[in-house]
Amino acid sequence: MNKSLLTAACTAGLMAFSGAQAADQASNDSVKIGVLTDMSGVYKAIEGPGAVIAAQMAADDFGGQVLGAPIEIVSADHQNKADVASSIARKWIDQNHVDMLVGMDNSAVGLAVQGLASEKNTITINTGAGSSELTESQCSKYGIHYVYDTYALPVGTATAIVKNGGKKWFFITADYAFGHSLRDNTSRVVKELGGEVLGSIEAPLSSTDFSSYLLQASGSGADVIGLANAGGDTVNSIKQANAFGIVERGQKLAGMLVFLTDVKALGLDTAKGLEFTTAFYWDRNDESRKWSQRFFDKHGAMPTMVQAGVYSSVTHYLEAIRAAGSDEAAPVRKQLGEMQLNDFFVKNGKIEANGLMSHDMYLAQVKTPEESKSDWDLLNIVSTIPAEKAYIALSDSACPLLK
Amino acid sequence: MSLNAILAQTMLGLSTGVFYAMLSLGLAIIFGLLNVINFAHGALYMLGAFVALIGYSYLGPWLGFDDYHMGFWTALIVAPLVVGIFGMLIERFLLRRLYAFDHIYGLLLTFGIALILQGILSNYFNISGTAYPAQPDVLSGIVNLGFMYFPKYRLFAIVFSIVVCFATWFVIERTTLGSVLRAGVENPKLVEAFGINVPRMVTLTFGFGVALAALAGVLAAPIYSVSPLMGADLIITVFAVVVIGGMGSILGAIVTGLGLGLVQGLTQALYPPAANTVIFFIMVVVLLIRPAGLFGKEV
Repeated sequence: MNKSLLTAACTAGLMAFSGAQAADQASNDSVKIGVLTDMSGVYKAIEGPGAVIAAQMAADDFGGQVLGAPIEIVSADHQNKADVASSIARKWIDQNHVDMLVGMDNSAVGLAVQGLASEKNTITINTGAGSSELTESQCSKYGIHYVYDTYALPVGTATAIVKNGGKKWFFITADYAFGHSLRDNTSRVVKELGGEVLGSIEAPLSSTDFSSYLLQASGSGADVIGLANAGGDTVNSIKQANAFGIVERGQKLAGMLVFLTDVKALGLDTAKGLEFTTAFYWDRNDESRKWSQRFFDKHGAMPTMVQAGVYSSVTHYLEAIRAAGSDEAAPVRKQLGEMQLNDFFVKNGKIEANGLMSHDMYLAQVKTPEESKSDWDLLNIVSTIPAEKAYIALSDSACPLLK
Repeated sequence: MSLNAILAQTMLGLSTGVFYAMLSLGLAIIFGLLNVINFAHGALYMLGAFVALIGYSYLGPWLGFDDYHMGFWTALIVAPLVVGIFGMLIERFLLRRLYAFDHIYGLLLTFGIALILQGILSNYFNISGTAYPAQPDVLSGIVNLGFMYFPKYRLFAIVFSIVVCFATWFVIERTTLGSVLRAGVENPKLVEAFGINVPRMVTLTFGFGVALAALAGVLAAPIYSVSPLMGADLIITVFAVVVIGGMGSILGAIVTGLGLGLVQGLTQALYPPAANTVIFFIMVVVLLIRPAGLFGKEV
């Protein structure tokens, strides 16, 4: 054994000892964070391996330990199945002493795991799922919803478009809970602003060809075709709308949920001009650029809003443990609720009693190929949507915890 | 629904139908002549699209020629060749060992190959799809058909695929080469006695069926995004088409492919929630009435 290794071993031993002596301490001598995400399916690019990298960066930047205990990041693939996700979460919490779960894109997974973890006194921070149910009727004691929800998404996009004259809307809706909720929330915004909803087509999830639906939407005489879908469905809809010259002939497309990786997949030629709401864009200011470049060096792609949200939420979680002097769910959750969240991802964010992290959102527009100067130079941030407009007011929330 | 709308949906259905036809044609050739249920067909279609994408976006930089982009027309020839050769290697070194056993072994082997190909490509590429930017300028833009605006490229894809399908049918059913091929399946010993190398013929035939899938993949690349799962999404539907048409029937594959594309197109207009399942509904009905499929030979 060489000398430096021996020194390291001694130091580690000493640290463990001093940690055990301290008044504040972590349970089971470590703080374990589980990244439960889609490592192989449709949401891989949005959250997936990039989220694991982001969580690890947060742990490393924090110094690798909190309250004298090492921070450990574990990860698993939930395969977009609620039952698989639940059994992983159960095992993590019961046997591996995981203290917090982050990720969980896919609303079915998010809702299942959040309920289960709260019962077992474990904090979950959902960064990927859209359903506003996470903080509405299915809210729970230790469940936090961090990046975006189906209530916030249409607010910026639909408001901007209706104000610019896009009064008559027609929806192409992904035919499952997420799509329906996105369509209903968007319709609400459109109608509130004096717009009109002409109709909606429920397209089966993961259709390869949307041209038939697009043509029907186009034939409805609407000004705006609202896409209440996500991922591959959105990408295919936009691509095919472009091929059929629908945008060229004067109708506007509005993507209700668009990720940076979708824009990348479409290419600027096809996506140019598309407006959508996002919680984060890497090139917004110096702070976000600096972090994103570090992320890019590790991941090979710029971060989506979800991946940036994982870093931000893990960091704030660790700060809360330090401030609370414990990694028990109750004091940490209380601390998180009292903190003001400030970093490159969120300004003056606040975690409400129902678990919603309310924060400013941004209206983004895809650049034209001429405007774009580099590979990932894809968006212009058009305006900021203040938190109180973007998210449902606490007084209107249906969360039973508030009663 | 107005007449214009029906015509428009018919065109759209046709543009889906040609892909069904080309893929089920390849499957029918491979099954009809080799008795192999090729579950890797969808993955090989996907591979065709990826050869085109990689040729355009990555090949140049890999080889050190940053300015080189393999164009669409080149890809239309290169991708079927490359994937066809890959298919022949599969036949020569893997499938051939299984001919003595039940069909199910070939099915499992090809299914495994499909999973491996999808897994490898999912590891390196964006699963929600990558744009294929090499659609030729001559084919970009839309034409006014009177009842609708239709992308020129889709029109080209429809015509091109129909020509390829019927040319294939003609070669197999109406030429000497085709009759030798069919005879080789019926009675390999006899055909070998005429000095024809039957195993090599089988390898080439498998390669041709696979090349058809790759050709469809290249044609699909500009319309849909190129994604590792594009074949997996399609293959189950295409198998339903083959079953409805009659396993192994060449004409059945082409005609039902086009026909079911049309049915699906009209369903998308009339009752969208059933669009992804209507083909399976038809399959059930056909199997109840004619177990051998519409064009299949009754046993």
